[in-house]
Amino acid sequence: MKADLIKEDELHILLIDVAQKYGYDFTEYSMASLKRRVNRLCLIDKHKSFAELRYRILNDEEYLSRFVEEITVNVTEMFRDPSFYKTIRETIIPELATHPHIKIWLAGCSTGEEVYSLSIVLHETGLLHKTLLYATDINPSVLEVAKQGIYAIGDMKLYSENYINSGGIKDFSTYYSAIYDHIKLIDELKLNTVFATHNLVADRSFNEFQLIICRNVLIYFNKDLQEKVLTLFDDSLENSAFLALGSKETIRFSDLESKYTQIGREKIWRKNC
Amino acid sequence: MEEKLLNKKIELLVIGGSAGSFDVLLQVIPKIKSDINFPIIIILHRKSNTPTSIAKIFSSKTNLPVIECEEKEILQPGTIYFSPPDYHLLVENDHSVSLDSSEKVNYSRPSIDVTFKNLADLYHENLAAILLSGANSDGAKGLFYIKRNNGITIVQDPAVAEIKFMPQQAINLFEVDHIFNIEEIINYINNINTTLN
Ligand SMILES: C[S@@+](CC[C@H](N)C(=O)[O-])C[C@H]1O[C@@H](n2cnc3c(N)ncnc32)[C@H](O)[C@@H]1O
Repeated sequence: MKADLIKEDELHILLIDVAQKYGYDFTEYSMASLKRRVNRLCLIDKHKSFAELRYRILNDEEYLSRFVEEITVNVTEMFRDPSFYKTIRETIIPELATHPHIKIWLAGCSTGEEVYSLSIVLHETGLLHKTLLYATDINPSVLEVAKQGIYAIGDMKLYSENYINSGGIKDFSTYYSAIYDHIKLIDELKLNTVFATHNLVADRSFNEFQLIICRNVLIYFNKDLQEKVLTLFDDSLENSAFLALGSKETIRFSDLESKYTQIGREKIWRKNC
Repeated sequence: MEEKLLNKKIELLVIGGSAGSFDVLLQVIPKIKSDINFPIIIILHRKSNTPTSIAKIFSSKTNLPVIECEEKEILQPGTIYFSPPDYHLLVENDHSVSLDSSEKVNYSRPSIDVTFKNLADLYHENLAAILLSGANSDGAKGLFYIKRNNGITIVQDPAVAEIKFMPQQAINLFEVDHIFNIEEIINYINNINTTLN
């Protein structure tokens, strides 16, 4: 284990460069995690100095994409935290069902596993046909994967266990067909989904929703940025709408706290009327 | 003399453990004095689908507050923090906790190495770390890194550890400061910042 190549003050310089040149502003991300990611990238790509990394990023736009990809953590899975999806299925879905049209925003959807998990729940509860799902992320390359809906076959055992633990009622394998060592989820699941880039740091609210799901994204932001993004969500939610966060994220201590009521033990809140 | 004492003040104790560590903690935590003046972070490998009642289990056994870390929680002295399953735990410059769901390290999330490295960079000589029983090599390299940053490094004596592999890995890698049995670990913790350790 070696000391970090890129020190914190250098990281700041780099982040300001990147924000000025490319418009990607990471200066309000959680520094401990960013420092880890950037130094991990230097190890993998064998950069020898801060100057070298900086030069590459500022002079090679393709490498900038790689930088964005590697420092934003993309780890995700289908039906991650089964109890969360159980609450969606049993508590939130019946509320959504009363609307003639349903609009949902999945922010920070990464490679799409979460999108298809939700689509499956909507499908099984008969709501998919009247739902419009916006699945967004800052990173265009993860969205490409999300659009395909093709995943490694090796993950299906875990996903099917998760699915069953979340209250799934079917044979999970009916949702995909296998091609060699991959599976492709059935197209029906993404018919009403719009995949689009949206940067939570820079971009505005673009619609009003009955449910916003943003899980394991806020953990990478510092407190100030968390607060700004929560306000963006608040502006994008109708009255009585729901906001769902990751299992360790909270709206406690934010301005939203007084305007929302938590649903049970899950990290789901309902906007007061 | 006094300056030296100040310099060596321990500002944080971190404990890493895997298989066989839960029982050690059950013996150690109830014996920790309630007037310790530093926070304790515990990185424990657990199955991710176990109900997260670990804070509850230990709360009933000590007067110290026991918390399973939430996002941006600010570390307080005299408080015990457990890493939540399935997240790496990092501490920011302002002593708030950031959780990170990135790739597993040493097949582990939380990874002890990840937190040890982060804390060594932040606390340097003001950090003490204990590595307990386990069947995984997670933690050994991180503990060595803490040593190189002048922190205090302790392992549970492999001879009394339920699974000796993890502490033994550290011993094989470098010269740890102390090899302690459970009694000695308790004694050590209760004397932090009270004598010249
Ligand atoms: C750890 S993944 C979470 C995936 C999924 N929501 C889950 O919980 O499994 C974090 C995602 O947030 C995205 N992200 C990071 N910064 C963002 C920003 N400023 N705007 C939108 N998405 C962002 C990353 O690209 C990544 O795909």
